[in-house]
Amino acid sequence: MKSAAAHTIHTMISWLLKAVWIAGTILVLLALQPLLQSGAIIDPYWFRILLLMGINVTLAVSLNLINGFCGQFSIAHAGFMAVGAYTSSYFTLHALYTPVRNLSFAQQATWMIGALLVGAVTAGIAGFIVGIPSLRLRGDYLAIATLGFGEIIRVAILNIEEVGGASGLSDIPPLSSFFWIWLIALMTIALSRNLLVSSHGRAVLAVREDEIAAEALGVPTTKYKVIVFAFSSALAGMAGVLAAHLDLSIYPSSFTFLRSIEIIVMVILGGLGSTTGAVLGAALVTLLPEGLRYVPAFTVRGYVVEMQAWRMVIYSLLLIVLMLTRPRGLLGGMEWSWHGLSRIGGRWFRGRPSDRNLPPEEQGEGDLL
Amino acid sequence: MSFLQVDNLVTRYGAITALQGVSLRVEEGEIVTLIGANGAGKTTLLRTLSGILRPATGAITFRGENITPWQTDRIVRAGIVQSPEGRLVFRGMSVRENLQLGAYTRRDRDEIAKDMGHVFELFPRLKERLNQSAGTLSGGEQQMLAIGRALMSRPKLLMLDEPSLGLAPLLVREIFRIVEEINREGVTVLLVEQNARQALAIAHRGYVLQTGQVVMEDTAAALAQNEVVRKAYLGG
Ligand SMILES: Nc1ncnc2c1ncn2[C@@H]1O[C@H](COP(=O)(O)OP(=O)(O)OP(=O)(O)O)[C@@H](O)[C@H]1O
Ligand SMILES: [Mg+2]
Repeated sequence: MKSAAAHTIHTMISWLLKAVWIAGTILVLLALQPLLQSGAIIDPYWFRILLLMGINVTLAVSLNLINGFCGQFSIAHAGFMAVGAYTSSYFTLHALYTPVRNLSFAQQATWMIGALLVGAVTAGIAGFIVGIPSLRLRGDYLAIATLGFGEIIRVAILNIEEVGGASGLSDIPPLSSFFWIWLIALMTIALSRNLLVSSHGRAVLAVREDEIAAEALGVPTTKYKVIVFAFSSALAGMAGVLAAHLDLSIYPSSFTFLRSIEIIVMVILGGLGSTTGAVLGAALVTLLPEGLRYVPAFTVRGYVVEMQAWRMVIYSLLLIVLMLTRPRGLLGGMEWSWHGLSRIGGRWFRGRPSDRNLPPEEQGEGDLL
Repeated sequence: MSFLQVDNLVTRYGAITALQGVSLRVEEGEIVTLIGANGAGKTTLLRTLSGILRPATGAITFRGENITPWQTDRIVRAGIVQSPEGRLVFRGMSVRENLQLGAYTRRDRDEIAKDMGHVFELFPRLKERLNQSAGTLSGGEQQMLAIGRALMSRPKLLMLDEPSLGLAPLLVREIFRIVEEINREGVTVLLVEQNARQALAIAHRGYVLQTGQVVMEDTAAALAQNEVVRKAYLGG
C-alpha cells in the first residue's frame, strides 16, 4: 500500500493549508476593520452599505444551497433570519450586563460567538421543524408552504409580549462589526463551495437533477433535503444575529415575506445554483436601492414618485427582463474559479476553440470564464 | 425459498390500486421478464421492490430476509437496484459523476474504481465520453449510462425498467446482448419490457401483468408460443 502514507501526508498538508487560509482571512479582516471604519478609505455611508452587503451575501449564498443546489424552492428565509435575530438578541439583552465598550476584544468575541451560536442553533431547529413536513411537497406547493411558515414565524413573534410584540426589541448590544459580518459571509461561501465538491454535494445535486433516479440509487433524498434546509436556515439565523446586533433594534415588520423575496431575487439574479452568482446578486440588490436614491423624485399627475419606494416593482421588472434575456441568471450556474481563469488564459494565448458548440441548454454548469 | 419472492403485493396511489395482489418469484441467476401494456403496473412494481413506494399489504423477501419495510438505501446495499424508466440520467452531470453516484451506497474506493473499469468494458462508448455531461449523450448512450450506473452499486439483482424504450432496433439488440452478458457474469435480472419479443428471447421465464395482476406465468419459450400472448404483445 504505497498510497496510505502518501494519503496521510496529503491530508495533513491540505489541513495545514486550510488552517493557513483561515488564519490569513481572519488577520486580513481584522486589519481591514479599523482601516475601513476610520473613514480614511470609504466614508461611513459606503461602509454601512458594505456591512449590509456582507449580511446579504450570507443570506443569498445560504438560500442558494436549498433553492439552487437542492432545487427546492423555499420562501421562508426571512423567517429563519428573524428566529436568529430574536433569540440571539433576547439572549444578549438578558445575559450581557456590561456595556460593550467596556468589554475587551476577547470578551466581545466570546459574546458574539455565543450570540451567533444561539441564533444558528435555534434557526437550524426551526428549519428542521418546518422542513420535515414541507419538503414532502414539490414545486409550487413547497413554495406556498414555506411562504406560510415564514409568515407564521413572524406572526408568532409579533404576538409574544416577551420579545416586544410589534414594537420589537431595542438597545441590543452592538456586538456586530465588519469583521464578524464578513467572516460569516466568507465562511458561508467556503462551506457552500466545499459542500459541492464533496460526495454529499454530488448527492445533493442528484436530488435536484432527478429525485426518482437519485432515490433509486439509494440516495436518501428526503434526508438530504431536510439537512440542507436546516443548515441553510441556521446560516440565515446567523445573518439575523449579525443584522440585529448591527441595527440594535429589530421589529417583526423587518422580516416579512417581502424580505424573503428580496433574497430570492438576489439568488435568481445571479443564477440559481451558482455561489458566485449569489454573491453577485447580493451585491447588486444591496446597491440597487442606493443607486435609486440618486434618481430624483418626479411628479406624475400630481403624485410624487420616489424611485426608492418602487424598489419591489423595479426588482420585478429586472427579473422579467432577466428571465427573457438570460433565463438562467447572470452567471447561468457558472462558478468563478482559478481553474477557469487559467483555462481562459490558455484559450486566449493559444487560441484554442472554446466549448461553446454545446447545445444551448447544456452550456453553463461549468466554471465561469 | 426463492432468491426474490413477492407475495400478494398491493400498492396504491391514493384511490388508485395499481398493484392488486402481485405474486412472483425470481431464482438466482435467472433473467425473468415482466411484460404488460401501458399502465399495467410494471413501474409501480419495480418502485415498490426498490422501497421508493410503500405497499399497502404483501411481502417482499430477498434471500430469505423480509425487506418489505426497508428504506431504499438499505435495499440497494443488500443488492437490489433498478435502472429507472425513461433513462433518468443526471443530465447536468458528467458520465463519471453519474457512475460515481451509482456507487453512492459504497465506500470501498478501490473496488469502485475496478467496477467502473468493468462498466467501460461493457460500454466502451461511455469511456470515450467520461467527462461529457450526460444530457449531451444520445438516447442509446444514456440508456447504457443508466444501466452502467445501476451496475456501480454491484447488484445481485438488477431490475431494468423498459431499457429498449425509444431506441432504434439495432441499439435494442445491443442493449439486450449486454443484458445477457451481465447475466452470464452472475447478476440476476428482472427485465420489465413492452418489447416482448426480444425480452422473451433472452429471458428464462416470464410473467404477464395486466391491470395490476399477474395473469400468466411460464417459461419464456412457452410464453412466446402462447396464443394470447402472441395476439396481445407480439403483434399476432
Ligand atoms: N404517481 C402516480 N399517481 C397516481 N397514479 C399513478 C401514479 N403513477 C402511476 N399511476 C397509475 O398506476 C397505474 C400503473 O402505472 P405504472 O406506471 O406502474 O404502469 P406501467 O406498467 O409501468 O406503464 P408503462 O408501460 O406506460 O410504463 C396506472 O394506472 C397509472 O395511471
Ligand atoms: Mg412503466
